[in-house]
Amino acid sequence: MAALSVNDLTIALPKGADRPLAVEGVSFDIAAGEILCVVGESGSGKSMAANAVMGLLPPFITIEGGTAHFEGTDLLPLSEADKRKVRGQDIAMIFQEPMTALNPLMRIGDQIAEVFSAHNAPMDGGTIPNLLAEVGLPEPARIADSYPFQLSGGQRQRAMIAMALALSPRLLIADEPTTALDVTTQAQILDLIAKLQDERGMAVLFITHDFGVVAEIADTVIVMREGVIVERGTAATVLADPRHAYTKRLVAAVPSDKVPTPEPRADAPLLTVEGLSKTFASGGELFSKKRVTRAVDNVSFTIGEGEILGLVGESGSGKSTVGRLIVNLLAPDAGRVSLAGDGRVQMVFQDPYASLNPRTKVAAAIAKGPIAAGTPKADAMAEARTLLATVGLDGSAGERYPHEFSGGQRQRIGIARALAMRPALIVADEAVSALDVSIQAQILDLLRGLRAEYGLSLLFITHDLRVAAQLCDRVAVMQHGRLVEMGPVADVFLRPQSDYTQRLLAAVPGAAWTKDAA
Amino acid sequence: MTIATDEAEALPTGPSRPLAEFWGRFARNRGAVVGLVIVGLVVVIAVIAPLLFPDSPWKMVQRPFLKPFQVDGFWLGTDTLGRDVAAGLAHGARVSLIVGLISTLVALAIGVPLGALAGYFGGLVDDAAMRFTEFFQTIPSFALAIVLVAIFQPSLTSIVIAIAVVSWPPVARLVRAEVMSLKRREFVDAARLQNLSNREILVREVLPNAMSPIIVMASLMVATAILLESSLAFLGLGDPNIMSWGYMIGASRTVIRTAWWLSFFPGVAILVTVLALNLIGEGLSDALNPRLARQGR
Repeated sequence: MAALSVNDLTIALPKGADRPLAVEGVSFDIAAGEILCVVGESGSGKSMAANAVMGLLPPFITIEGGTAHFEGTDLLPLSEADKRKVRGQDIAMIFQEPMTALNPLMRIGDQIAEVFSAHNAPMDGGTIPNLLAEVGLPEPARIADSYPFQLSGGQRQRAMIAMALALSPRLLIADEPTTALDVTTQAQILDLIAKLQDERGMAVLFITHDFGVVAEIADTVIVMREGVIVERGTAATVLADPRHAYTKRLVAAVPSDKVPTPEPRADAPLLTVEGLSKTFASGGELFSKKRVTRAVDNVSFTIGEGEILGLVGESGSGKSTVGRLIVNLLAPDAGRVSLAGDGRVQMVFQDPYASLNPRTKVAAAIAKGPIAAGTPKADAMAEARTLLATVGLDGSAGERYPHEFSGGQRQRIGIARALAMRPALIVADEAVSALDVSIQAQILDLLRGLRAEYGLSLLFITHDLRVAAQLCDRVAVMQHGRLVEMGPVADVFLRPQSDYTQRLLAAVPGAAWTKDAA
Repeated sequence: MTIATDEAEALPTGPSRPLAEFWGRFARNRGAVVGLVIVGLVVVIAVIAPLLFPDSPWKMVQRPFLKPFQVDGFWLGTDTLGRDVAAGLAHGARVSLIVGLISTLVALAIGVPLGALAGYFGGLVDDAAMRFTEFFQTIPSFALAIVLVAIFQPSLTSIVIAIAVVSWPPVARLVRAEVMSLKRREFVDAARLQNLSNREILVREVLPNAMSPIIVMASLMVATAILLESSLAFLGLGDPNIMSWGYMIGASRTVIRTAWWLSFFPGVAILVTVLALNLIGEGLSDALNPRLARQGR
C-alpha cells in the first residue's frame, strides 16, 4: 500500500501571478521504503505540491481540489491542530537552507528536544546523542551543545535531518536539501538519506532540480513543468530513455563528463598571475580575538588569448577572491596580475538579481561605462542596443527595468554590460550557478559563441565540475586558497593527479550515470 | 553564431505602470488614505486662509470669551482678547505646515549627504561624521532647540533652523546604514568596473536605492517638526508676529477651566494633523517596502 497517495491535486495562485494554477491535477503514490524524486526547474510547482501535503502553503495560495491520503487519511481537509499532530510525528520535512531552517539562538540539542515535547513523546538523556550519532555527526554531545552558527553547512543539514527523524516519521519530505552544499558534502548527505531510508523503511519525497541527484538516489521520478507532470517512471527508465521533449532537454542539459577536445591554443599568455596572495583579517579589536584567513595563497597561472580557464573549488576555497583580485576590486597583499597589451578585464557576477541596479533602465546601465570613458551618449546607447542583440535580447529590452527580466535574461544583460567595456578577458564568477539547467546550457552556448566571435578569453569560476568540463579548455582546482592541480580538461577530469581532485570528481552526483551516457 | 533565447523561462510580469501599482499598495492601507485626506484638508485651509479670514488673526473682532456657536460668524468662539479662534486656527495651519516642511527639508539636506559619505567611504570619514552626529544626539533635542531659538531671537527662520538642527542626526544614521549595505551589492561592484567615479556611484547607483526609507522617515519628521514648533510656541518661543497653534494653547492655558475651547480646538488641530502624517508615513512604508508590509491587510 502506498504511504502517501496524492490524487488530482490542484493549487491556485493569487490573481496577477504568471499563471492561474501553481499545480494542476498532480497525482502520485509513494510506497513505504521508496524514494520518489520530483524534478523540475524553478517555478515548476514542485515545492508547492510538497508544501500542500505538509499544510505549509504561503498565504493567498489555496488548494482548489484533490486529495492527499497518508496511510488512509486525507491530509488536506484536516484542521490546523490535526495537521500539527501529523507533522513531525508521521511526516517530517528538511529544507534547502539549514542555516535559516534552524533557530539561530537555540542549541541544537534543545531544538531537537522541542520536537519531543511538542508531541509529548518520551525521551531520555541518551536519545539526542544517539540521534546525532545516527546522522553521522562526530562528538554528538558537543554538537548537541552547539549553536547552529558553530556548525558547518553539512553538519547543520545533518542536524536538521536528525531533528526530522526524531519521532521516526514514516514519510520524509526533502526540499532541495543538498542544493546549498558543496559537492563533497552533498554526496555525504545523499548517502546518509539513502542509508537512513533503507534502515528505517521510510518513504521519501525528494525534490530536486538536478538529474545528477536523481541518478544518485531515486527509485521513481516525476518530472514537473509549469504545474503539470510531464513524465513519470522508474529512475532508470527516465534517465536512459526520456520520452517528453522537456525531460529530454533537461537530461541533455545536465553537463556530462564528456570532455570536449581542447582546441590548440596560441602560446602567448594574455593574463599572467604570479604569486598572488590575499589575507583577510577580522576582529582583533578590544574584545575579539583576531582571526586571519589566508584566502589566496601564492597562486600563479596564465590565460592565453581566446582561452577559457576554469577555476574550480568548493565554497571558501578562495576562487572568488582570485577573480576579484584580477579585476582589481580587491588589492593583493603580494604577487601581481598583468595583462598583455592594453587589454581590459570585466566581470560577470553570480547573482542576476543583485548585479543590476533595480532603478536603472537596461540600456542606460550598459552604456554607463562607455559614457564615463568619454563616448558620446547617443553612440553609447546605440552600441548598448547592438550588444543586447548580440546576447540574444530584442531591441525593446533596453528601455525596460531589470525586474521585468528573468534570471537568464538578466545574466545576458550582465554579459552585455561587460562587453560594452571592450574587454580582452572576462571573469565570470559563478555566472550560471543561480540558473536552471536548461538556461545554464543557453548561457554557456552564448559564452562559447562570444569567444568564437570576439576571441575573448574567459576565467570561468565555478563550484560545478560538470559545467567546467563542458566549457573550459583548461581547469585549475583550488583548495584552501592554493592551486592543487591545473591542466587541460581531459587530463584533470580523466586522470586527476591530486587526492582532492579525485575526491571532488567522485562526489559529483550521478557521476556513474553520466559516465555511462558518455 | 546562433542565439538561443530563454524561451523556457516564463517572463515575470512586472508592473507596467509603477505609479498605479504604488498607489494600489498605498491605498490598501485605509488609515493612510484617511491621513492623506486630512493633510490635504489642512493644506487647503492653510492656502485659502487669507481668503476665508482676510483680517489679521491678531485683530480683536468681537467681545472676549465668546463661546463656540454663541454668535454667528464666530463658530469657534473668541479668545481672551476677542480674537477669532477659527481665524487663528486657519492661519496657524500655515505656520505648522511651513515649519514642518522646510525644517524637514533642511534636516534632509544635512543628514543625507553626511550619512551617505560616512557610509560610503567608511574608515576615518565615517568615524569623524558619526562622532559629529553623536555630539548632537547626546544633547536632549528639545532643550537644544529652546537654547537655539533663545540665542537667535524667536523668528520663523530661527525656529526652522533649530528644528532642523535637532532632527537631522537620525537621518544621517539611517542613510549611513542603508548606504553601507547597498555599497556591498554586486551592481555597485559592476559600476566600479565600468570606471564610474565615486561621486557617480554614490549619487546615481547607491542613493536612489536608499530613497524608500528616507521618504518614509521624512513624512514622520514633518509630524515631529509640527509638534516641536507647537511646543516652542507654547513656551512663548514662537515668532511673535505669526499666529500658531502652539501659541494659542500657551496663551489660553491660564483660562483653561473657564474657556476650554481656546486650548481645545488648537489641540485637536495638532493631534489630528500629526496623527494624519503618521498614518501617511505608515502607508508609504507599506507601499515602498511591499515585502515588509504586514500580512493580511
